[in-house]
Amino acid sequence: MSKILILFAHPRLESSRINSGLIKGISSIPGITFHDLYEAYPDYDVNVKYEQELVSKNDIIVWHHPFYWYSCPALTKQWIDLVLEHNWAYGRNGKALVGKKAFNVITTGGRHEAYQKEGMHKRTIGEFLYPFNQTARLCGMTYYPPFVVHKTHLLTHQEIAKYNKDYIKVLELLANDSIKEEEILKNEYLNDILK
Amino acid sequence: MEGNFFFQATIYLLAAVIMVPIAKKLGLGSVLGYLIAGIVIGPFLLGFIGQEGQDIMHFAEFGVVMMLFLVGLELEPALLWRLRGPILGLGGLQVIITAIVVFLISTIIGLPWKEGLAIGFIVAMSSTAIVLQTLNEKGLMKTSAGQSSFAVLLFQDIAVIPILAFLPLLATKTAVGGADHHNTFISSFPSWAQPLIVIGAVALVIVAGMYIVKPVLRYVAKTRLRELFTATALLIVVSITVLMVGVGLSPALGTFLAGVILANSEYKHELESDIEPFKGLLLGLFFIAVGASIDFGMIAREPYMVFGIVAALMVIKTIILLVLGIVFKLKTDQNFIFAFGLSQVGEFAFVLLSFSLQEGVLAGETVSLLMAVVAITMALTPLVMLIIEKLILPRIGTKEIEVTKEHDTIEENNPIIIAGFGHFGSTIGRFLRANGVQATILDIDSDRVDTLRKMGLKVFYGDASRYDLLKSAGAEEAKLIILAIDDPEKNLEIIHTIKKHFPHLKILSRARNRYDAYELMDEGVNHIYRESLDTSIRLGVDALKMLGFRSHKLHRMAKTFFKLDEHHLKDLSKVRKDQKIYISYAKQRIEDMEESMKNDAMFGDIKEEGWDSASLVEEVRKYNTIKE
Repeated sequence: MSKILILFAHPRLESSRINSGLIKGISSIPGITFHDLYEAYPDYDVNVKYEQELVSKNDIIVWHHPFYWYSCPALTKQWIDLVLEHNWAYGRNGKALVGKKAFNVITTGGRHEAYQKEGMHKRTIGEFLYPFNQTARLCGMTYYPPFVVHKTHLLTHQEIAKYNKDYIKVLELLANDSIKEEEILKNEYLNDILK
Repeated sequence: MEGNFFFQATIYLLAAVIMVPIAKKLGLGSVLGYLIAGIVIGPFLLGFIGQEGQDIMHFAEFGVVMMLFLVGLELEPALLWRLRGPILGLGGLQVIITAIVVFLISTIIGLPWKEGLAIGFIVAMSSTAIVLQTLNEKGLMKTSAGQSSFAVLLFQDIAVIPILAFLPLLATKTAVGGADHHNTFISSFPSWAQPLIVIGAVALVIVAGMYIVKPVLRYVAKTRLRELFTATALLIVVSITVLMVGVGLSPALGTFLAGVILANSEYKHELESDIEPFKGLLLGLFFIAVGASIDFGMIAREPYMVFGIVAALMVIKTIILLVLGIVFKLKTDQNFIFAFGLSQVGEFAFVLLSFSLQEGVLAGETVSLLMAVVAITMALTPLVMLIIEKLILPRIGTKEIEVTKEHDTIEENNPIIIAGFGHFGSTIGRFLRANGVQATILDIDSDRVDTLRKMGLKVFYGDASRYDLLKSAGAEEAKLIILAIDDPEKNLEIIHTIKKHFPHLKILSRARNRYDAYELMDEGVNHIYRESLDTSIRLGVDALKMLGFRSHKLHRMAKTFFKLDEHHLKDLSKVRKDQKIYISYAKQRIEDMEESMKNDAMFGDIKEEGWDSASLVEEVRKYNTIKE
């Protein structure tokens, strides 16, 4: 069993169609802690001690957020800046995260084709997420491929429900350790491990 | 003698302990409870106390003196200045017109004009004790009826002094002697010096209140002996009384003045809570004595005469007050509370009557008749107020919860009830509305309710501590209740009603300061909002910004300070009953905060977290040789 911590960040969840659909039923899955950052820290005043204890109790850290300007919303960055302290997360004495896993769950309006070398964004999602990837590595964590929802503006209710189902399946697979790490790392997206 | 004293004390206390809770339960208020207790143990029913009731009454009048001190503490000088119009206008006209009307009537029915005039001034007095106690109990002190009543009562208290000076001039009979009122220290001085001494005494109270009392209180507070503080509080009140009686002024007026001067001091709450129980007990004793002194023998002999005068006096006084209320633009319902509330003849009449007897102004027969009349009017007051509240008010003026049209809005089932819609409550209400959330609003100031209604807000008049009012305001369906009343006593009362009848309601309560917050915590309220916290910190942040501190750092400092202060409040609340531990605890907390600030580590164990690069810099320097 792996314990999963979802660090969810959306500054306007009340008007988000995709993300509110995506997180339906997530918090009731055993072994999963759903942590709504904008709800917990409306003033960006992240409680570092509490967050570090939370991270220590979990094996997999998930940064779940909309893909704002090829990155995350400000509070996710604030969380990383404050919580991943020197001598705790990194540095010669910072070993708290060694052996844990991390990945991003993102939602974006662009299609898969747009995030290609010849597409309009010129880079893949994986390339854009490289700062997260390297942050995880620096802290001794294994960085998994991201779970991605594309072309969010065009999705129907059924398609959103499908993504929700897939997300839950992925989380359950990871929580139950029912898939080997090499299998996971082979994929471009975590969505693909269901194939 | 001593055995007798304890026996007496037992009788009084027992009567009060039995009768007052019954009266309160029946909705009659504590004043009526004490009066009934007095009647029961008085000479005409059980006969436990006899004629000494009169002496006890004189002693217990000291309760009125204490009450005026407490009233003064609640009244800051600025507020008093704002009330100068009503005090002089409303109060002055009430006393003079009542005196003249009563004088004319008694002359017409054949009393000598001197007696008539004396009676006129005597019956113009209303009962400060009963009216203020009743208004406080009903939470009406801050309404316009409450303020007007207070203004009139204050003027009457002041007017007692010239009336006492004036009465001997009306003497027609030989003085009975044994007088103690005019045989004061001051009368040994020549008459030209007397006014100077009086002015000097008042000046002494003011100067002492401003410059001597505070340092003394500070000095006493340092000893950390609670009873010594109580003793000092009593000393202030008693010594002013001695001084005032010495120069022939009303002691109530003197302590009132002292109270006003101390209203802004940091010891206001301690003084209040120390004097409060004494005041309560003495007032209770006073009301019992009034009850016991009602001469049922006289009433039985001449029932028509006695009740005729009672009815005539109360009607005359009420009509005059109603007219004055209209002139001074009180709303109809407020005017009713004001006029009927002040319709009795007050305790000062007892003083003035016995003084008139001593001075030979009135005959013994007249005096004892009037004594009975006065006592009955006082006893009737709580009943009259009850009738006004239950029967008349619901039919006129601002309705509590209107049955027809307004009922629909109450049926909206708003999720939130706001009790108290002054500056605090209305800001909350506006914020909720801006977010599309409607609240049911209750307020006890009918003038304010009227104004707000004219502005199109759905505000309801009424006392939010009443079960029936809360129920009709939808407390059963609502989720939250916000207590935004500035009277902490009333807030606590509402909390009791809610906990008893609507336990599902989440309570969010305003607290004026940490002392209020402690009381709320004791009641199990978890959501407490101190008026004096957020705004003060915000101001502090701006002040430091002006000194050149960085905004974001200050923002975070403020957040931390806020959290720690709330946290400390909980800690301190647990130990606050023991003054000694409380102070050392509080001191330790302050030292902790300052110490950690000096260490540049914000407060406590919170540091600059991930932004703090000190350890990283250290590590980099340790493992790399720095090229100079």
